[in-house]
Amino acid sequence: MPQSLLANYPRKTDRFDEMLAEDGSVRPSWKPFFAHLDVVTPEQMRHRLDFVRRSILENGVTYNVYADPKGADRPWELDPLPLILSSAEWQELAGAVMQRARLLNAVLQDLYGPQDLLRDGSLPPALVFGHNNFLWPCQGVRPPGDTYLHLYAADLARSPDGRWWVIADRTQGPSGAGYALENRTIVARVFPEQFRDLHVQHLAFFFRELQDSLACWAPRGEDPPLTVLLTPGPYNETYFEHAYLARYLGFPLVEGQDLTVRSDCVYLRTLSGLRRVHAILRRLDDDYCDPLELRGDSALGVPGLLQAVRAGNVLVANALGSGLIESAALPGFLPGICKRMLGEPLAMPSVATWWCGEQAALEFTIEHLDQLVIKGSYPSQRFDPIFGNELAGGRRQEMIDRLRARPQAYVAQELVNFSEAPTWSTKHGRQLVPRGVGLRVFVAATPTGHVVMPGGLTRVSAASNARVISMQRGGSSKDTWVLTTDAAVNTFSLLKPSVGKADLVRGGRNLSSRVVENLYWFGRYAERCDKTSRLLRVALSRLVDAGADTLPALISAIDLCRVLQLLVTAEGETNGSPKGKGGASGLPRETLILSAICGADANDGLAGDLRRLLWVATQVRERFSLDNWHAINRLQHQLQQYCAAVRENANPELGEALAFLDQVLLASSSLAGFAMDNMTRDDGWRFLIIGRRIERLVFLANAVSGFLRLESTRAPGSLEWLLELTDSIITYRSRYMIQPQVLPTLDLIVFDEGNPHSVAFQLQILVRYLDNLTRLLGGPRDDALPQALSRLQGFDLARFEGQSFRECRICDPCIALASLLGEISIAAATLSDRLAMRYFSHVGDVSRQTFTS
Amino acid sequence: MSPSIARYHIVHETTYSYESPVSLSRQLLHLTPRTCAWQRCLGHRITVAPEASAGRERLDSFGNPVTELAIEFPHESLSVRAEGTIEVLPHLPSEHLDSASPAWEIVRDALTYGARPVLLDASCFQFESPYVRVKHEFAAYAKACFPSGRPLLDAVHALMSRIHSEFEFDPEATTVATPVLTVLAERRGVCQDFAHLMLSCLRSQGLAARYVSGYLLTHPPPGRPRMVGADASHAWVSVYCPEREGGRWVDFDPTNNLLPDTQHITLAWGRDFADVSPLRGVILGGDAHELAVAVTVTPVTTAGT
Repeated sequence: MPQSLLANYPRKTDRFDEMLAEDGSVRPSWKPFFAHLDVVTPEQMRHRLDFVRRSILENGVTYNVYADPKGADRPWELDPLPLILSSAEWQELAGAVMQRARLLNAVLQDLYGPQDLLRDGSLPPALVFGHNNFLWPCQGVRPPGDTYLHLYAADLARSPDGRWWVIADRTQGPSGAGYALENRTIVARVFPEQFRDLHVQHLAFFFRELQDSLACWAPRGEDPPLTVLLTPGPYNETYFEHAYLARYLGFPLVEGQDLTVRSDCVYLRTLSGLRRVHAILRRLDDDYCDPLELRGDSALGVPGLLQAVRAGNVLVANALGSGLIESAALPGFLPGICKRMLGEPLAMPSVATWWCGEQAALEFTIEHLDQLVIKGSYPSQRFDPIFGNELAGGRRQEMIDRLRARPQAYVAQELVNFSEAPTWSTKHGRQLVPRGVGLRVFVAATPTGHVVMPGGLTRVSAASNARVISMQRGGSSKDTWVLTTDAAVNTFSLLKPSVGKADLVRGGRNLSSRVVENLYWFGRYAERCDKTSRLLRVALSRLVDAGADTLPALISAIDLCRVLQLLVTAEGETNGSPKGKGGASGLPRETLILSAICGADANDGLAGDLRRLLWVATQVRERFSLDNWHAINRLQHQLQQYCAAVRENANPELGEALAFLDQVLLASSSLAGFAMDNMTRDDGWRFLIIGRRIERLVFLANAVSGFLRLESTRAPGSLEWLLELTDSIITYRSRYMIQPQVLPTLDLIVFDEGNPHSVAFQLQILVRYLDNLTRLLGGPRDDALPQALSRLQGFDLARFEGQSFRECRICDPCIALASLLGEISIAAATLSDRLAMRYFSHVGDVSRQTFTS
Repeated sequence: MSPSIARYHIVHETTYSYESPVSLSRQLLHLTPRTCAWQRCLGHRITVAPEASAGRERLDSFGNPVTELAIEFPHESLSVRAEGTIEVLPHLPSEHLDSASPAWEIVRDALTYGARPVLLDASCFQFESPYVRVKHEFAAYAKACFPSGRPLLDAVHALMSRIHSEFEFDPEATTVATPVLTVLAERRGVCQDFAHLMLSCLRSQGLAARYVSGYLLTHPPPGRPRMVGADASHAWVSVYCPEREGGRWVDFDPTNNLLPDTQHITLAWGRDFADVSPLRGVILGGDAHELAVAVTVTPVTTAGT
């Protein structure tokens, strides 16, 4: 019998422990779970930790910029042990948080209405009129049902005496509900028996209530109601969550430029025209939402949105203006306001708060600076909390001067000793480590009252004895388990409620033009990476075969790389120290090819194209299935690992580079497979495939044309690699039992309409897809490609008959075919521009503000 | 009709010429003079070319008339012509009010939290806004004009004169985007800059002051100098001064170093320029544009004067 986990678990007297009672016994609500934990073998736990890590990596759960060119994306941290709360405790907590949601909504209603709270002195005008997020143009605008806070979150902490306190209110566009959901998905699979046997409350119904409420308050029209999720874009630190929630809730994920206001109604720009939007769940801060009336420097918003809101033609959740009460100074005034507005005492206290705008509070703060933390009154201050006891010497006086100079901008709060909960040690095989925890609880408003998400996001401090918990400062998170006393768990999962005929949607009508453009470029970059990798692999494997010698096929392959502009530096320019093996003449070539894979500049070479591929993928991640996303994620990690290895050792092993190219090609083929097999045939898919085909056509035409024009390709071995490059070598061998010859090779990779890697095949498919597109979306027919196809079909292959390629010195038929292929490549590039003009032209055209004086 | 009443005809024309077509344009117009105790509008209309898809009038949150325009089709130019007749009554504070106004600290204290009654109409003009900063630099600049116990209007008058004498009117020095701290450092700018600067000084003292946008008489009466800022729209400030019967706002024009009276026509007021810009808009497309603004204010002679 191994030692109990409790043997090494420290007990503290100055903090509340979520798992242990004062007498050191395990609290009743934790007992069954702890009993299980105590008997799990270290191996089992290691498997579970691996599962958590893998799930997070594969789902691409991140907290900040995903495709950061510096590779600085940070995976979400999740401790597998849930925070467990008993049913009774939860009910009290939920009641208090619902009261607070009701109260804050009433405060907003007053401040954007009659402002009685200011008139009677319940709240200082400085906290409203001095607050950047008091949006003057929203004054007097009444949202449907007088609901401002459709989704509200409270950050809670538990003090040493076991009481819960509110430490912050999230009213702008609360983040974390999606992360909570993701945590649940993973942790419920780590402890499936415990999750089931303990009757943990499910989360899905909460999101259903949110969906229903938005639908209920949204204006009704003739179309089926359309709700979108408005994001500031992939640069936002919680973009993962926006994409995750959008997919979960079934709302298109849109950016400001995807929406437009016409005649006081909001529309989504789609390929097939404008689609009316009835409700917007926003994750964009309210002051950025309308450059016409709010922040004029915002390029993220929708000009005229406020007029549409005023006209009652669109529901915005949370209401524009709700950011106002996300103020650290407000909690100090809430007890009084609660009595006055709701006629009842505030159920859950806020952490003790002093607004320095009051003389007495200012003096108190200065006197007790050592025991307080100083925060900015307004979120726009971007002021990091300052702990009084950390201020030494001159900095202390400096802070006091700042407080005296502009007291209303500062708030003093009591330090909170966060309660602690066990986390599973990442260093030892079998040990529990206590860490500070804070709980973010979510409340949704519904027409019949508020509902609380039974659970929430538990945030975990990075170190013991924490005073701040912040994901930005290396913290972690936990799932939150709320137990039920009876077995009546709501196991409802977010399947669509019954759908009527009017709700039927086909063919992705709600795709924004921006999404479609990104899918198009996703197709192009995917194909570009594939083809570049193939050519570099051809060259690199010849280099490995050649050893110290110079193989003719190697020279021709490098020549083609140069013609296709894949080489970053010119041969001979590299004067790095000769570290590699191989002869002096082989070294520059090696360096050349390696830097074409991953060069000094992150935007260059194959690595640069891969980054662009990952970036466009990030912009449309809600469009990819989870499995598809896993493939993209793996590619991202392989890229990061390889580039890091290159940075450490300027000349990586050729074997490593070859292995990396193999990985890219493997990822590329699974992406191609997902595109063909797993995606719905909507306009987005059509553009993705067109992008792939255009890219492949351009590459094939340029490669074959370059091949025909190069003298070095006449050397033995070149036709072999051309077939290998076009993935046609196996077909060739099965058809002809002879060494590659020029006529059958050209037939196979240029003219054979049955070979998916031939020029003719791409042309034929493109002509068909473009016809479809014209039929579905209107617009003129493109003639350049059909003409190119018929000229290609008219080319007389007999001209190559009886020719020995090795003796050919770039003869007439070679030149004629090379020119024809050159024209095809230009026609394909022109087509790409025309598609962009016709279908994407309004994307990226950013609104600008104008002023006259 | 009393001879001291002034009546004016105002034409305010704004024309944007765009280099390439603008596909969508939304504009908020603060071009209709607001009615107040000393001013009424005898007729006013706004004409727009090309004809706007929507033109709706409402009052903004500060009580100013605002017109919303939306042009939802491609156009290469936009011209807006506002024309009207306005009557302005004399409203200078009486000569002795400067020195009879309460000490400035009393006014400041009446505006702090906890004082009764709560002066909401004033306190909304007491804090930072997009173009007005509350910073110790401004408090320091204003300090010399605000010795302890000095009557409010005396002190504000001194501040206005100081700005007028120490700052140079220079249309080349600043743009709409120039921060007011830069204006303070460079000591030059235009009427808007001086208004924002004076507002920053007053609000940094804890006082309430608002931005006023309006017009000046284009050609002054014979023998009087032509005022600066007469060929475009003008801007000045108004400071809150409590009186026995409740309170009033007193206008100061730091560009011309005088208290506005019947030669100043009030268009709108707000926290700063951003609230009351004559045309504030967002356009899609257009590339570069040229902007031409012409304001003509002429006295109307009526029978009897």
